[in-house]
Amino acid sequence: MTTTIESIPAASAAATAPQVYDLKLDDVRTLNKAIHQATGGESFVVEHPGGKHSLAVGINAEIDVDINGHAGYYAAGMNQHGRITIHGNAGVGVAENMMSGTVHVKGDASQSAGATAHGGLLVIGGNASARCGISMKGVDIVVGGNIGHMSAFMAQAGRLVVCGDAGEALGDSIYEARIYVKGSVASLGADCIAKEMRPVHLAELAELLQAAGRDDDPADFTRYGSARTLYNFHVDNSSAY
Amino acid sequence: MTLTAPDHALAASVPSPAASNLAELGLRESATFDRATIADIQRAAETGIYDIRGWGAKRKVPHFDDLLFLGASMSRYPLEGYREKCGTDVVLGDRYASKPLHLETPVTIAGMSFGALSANAKEALGRGASAVGTSTTTGDGGMTPEERGQSKHLVYQYLPSRYGMNPDDLRKADAIEVVLGQGAKPGGGGMLLGQKITERVAGMRTLPIGIDQRSACRHPDWTGPDDLEIKIAELREITDWEKPIYVKIGASRPYYDTALAVKSGADVVVLDGMQGGTAATQQVFIENVGIPTLAAIPQAVQALQELGMHRKVQLIVSGGIRTGADVAKAMALGADAVAIGTAALIALGDNSPRYAAEYARLGSAAGFYDDFQDGRDPAGISTQDPELSARLDPVTGGRRIANYLRVLTMEAQTIARACGKAHLHNLEPEDLVALTIESAAMARVPLAGTSWIPGVTGTGF
Ligand SMILES: Cc1cc2nc3c(=O)[nH]c(=O)nc-3n(C[C@H](O)[C@H](O)[C@H](O)COP(=O)(O)O)c2cc1C
Repeated sequence: MTTTIESIPAASAAATAPQVYDLKLDDVRTLNKAIHQATGGESFVVEHPGGKHSLAVGINAEIDVDINGHAGYYAAGMNQHGRITIHGNAGVGVAENMMSGTVHVKGDASQSAGATAHGGLLVIGGNASARCGISMKGVDIVVGGNIGHMSAFMAQAGRLVVCGDAGEALGDSIYEARIYVKGSVASLGADCIAKEMRPVHLAELAELLQAAGRDDDPADFTRYGSARTLYNFHVDNSSAY
Repeated sequence: MTLTAPDHALAASVPSPAASNLAELGLRESATFDRATIADIQRAAETGIYDIRGWGAKRKVPHFDDLLFLGASMSRYPLEGYREKCGTDVVLGDRYASKPLHLETPVTIAGMSFGALSANAKEALGRGASAVGTSTTTGDGGMTPEERGQSKHLVYQYLPSRYGMNPDDLRKADAIEVVLGQGAKPGGGGMLLGQKITERVAGMRTLPIGIDQRSACRHPDWTGPDDLEIKIAELREITDWEKPIYVKIGASRPYYDTALAVKSGADVVVLDGMQGGTAATQQVFIENVGIPTLAAIPQAVQALQELGMHRKVQLIVSGGIRTGADVAKAMALGADAVAIGTAALIALGDNSPRYAAEYARLGSAAGFYDDFQDGRDPAGISTQDPELSARLDPVTGGRRIANYLRVLTMEAQTIARACGKAHLHNLEPEDLVALTIESAAMARVPLAGTSWIPGVTGTGF
């Protein structure tokens, strides 16, 4: 059975009632401290997040966190094993350096979504701003809308799926990450090229779309990746540097 | 740099007159186009690429050598060597961290990456530092188990590339150092050339084997001091406010950068001057960007003092520290601790005359070798080659590092006692004079024999 972002609670068979933190009353430190003490199976609800920064950062257990509203910078930063849902928009660097687990932003995400993340799945329902997937190192990112300029800059590994359009300089100086875009690409960055969609790519894209709970047709996407011409310095490429 | 092969081969085959004979022959070398410059131009013409090398700035700049201490005499009491105590310990990071570092000596080991250095070199640094109760620092490339295992106090660098960055290692660290820049290349990113990207190094950095690794010069998820404040708060939240957070800056505008680091919530500021070493950077960058360590310290100290934060946010200074006198001078100017990079590698055997023949084979010489980027270091330090790195025994290397750190500490104590100071932290600018007008102006201490500090005390003597 394929799993989707909605189908598996990280805290499977959570028997306990969710712990509720109302950030009108509790501070972020209290919330994160409680989250760090979780050992797996717990679930947390954050009310009135009010765009506060560093919500639910450093999760290290299979827990569920629901943030009911907008989150500030670095929500779910360095997530490991957790499943975080933001029922609103996310600020700069959502799920930055995530290792595993899932982060689902129902609204839009600001700059540097999923920056440097090593693993896990980041789903953004709306649009993502500039530098989405910058320096990504193995994470999978699925964006329902558009992404801004300089996305997947120096992207090393992982997959970035964009169901809308991509801004300027997509995939500049990209390494081994793979990018799938359904809409238009304003321009490609240095050493990033369009590549053939082979069956293996259609299959992995179908899986990613399904995991994100989307029904787009993989055949409508174009794949982009590294031309690998800048991997070792060569005099003839000096104008690209 | 390495001399280009054809010219070098030619030069080696023709007996050349010794340097002293050149003047007797009436030959005059140009100060502008000296032999090193000529070699640089010819190398550029031959290869079409700029020179990349390790080590720091080689040009002569005003430095600690230009300062002298005023020992005690009639108006000051010196302390008795060996008998009267002169403390050396330092606490780093007690502004916000619940677990600050408490080091026995203020001489720490600077951040140098596994990748740039061999695993044996990293282990030796950890062993040596732990033996004397000081810290080591990871680098661009993540934390190795060897290093964590051997280092009692380990500072984990948080760099723009975030190679190998993960929350488990973050929690294992004793302190976190957010790197904004390095003295050798303020404003520059990093690079590690393909020959040093072995399977293990590539794996730690999530990159293919054997390709050039370029790391970004800006952080991917924040820009500017307002964002840095939020980033530091995130790192504190992730690690439950336990770990000291350092901010490392390359010296260019240290007055403003220090003030902004303090405002951003740093516990410790690490200030690296232009002589600071590097593993691989363009020579043009190393030699022409940034300001000398000597000029940087007073500016940073001024910023801390104006904010009422001197000694509360600690200042670690690096870039050209070689002797206990350098340690004492940096501390007298207001540093709480220092960090060493190049000198630690030399203590391990880098540039030792015992490898003279091998340096010659690489087109270099003992005392000149700086091709850390090539990965062919005969001393087994700046290499990933298993045979070369096996030459460096981490236990023996650790002992050499411990010896050297002890000597630096004892030398600094010798000077502090002579100045009547019961702790290295009691050294002060008032203990110093300068030998040159330039160093007096930069260090903001009087020219020896006068009360003149150029730019501070007017124009008269
Ligand atoms: C081989 C080598 C590798 C280095 N790698 C790093 C690094 O990864 N990150 C960093 O912040 N600084 C790095 N540095 C700079 C040192 O941390 C430090 O700032 C400098 O060496 C201090 O000056 P010194 O060499 O004169 O003691 C490196 C230096 C050397 C020599």
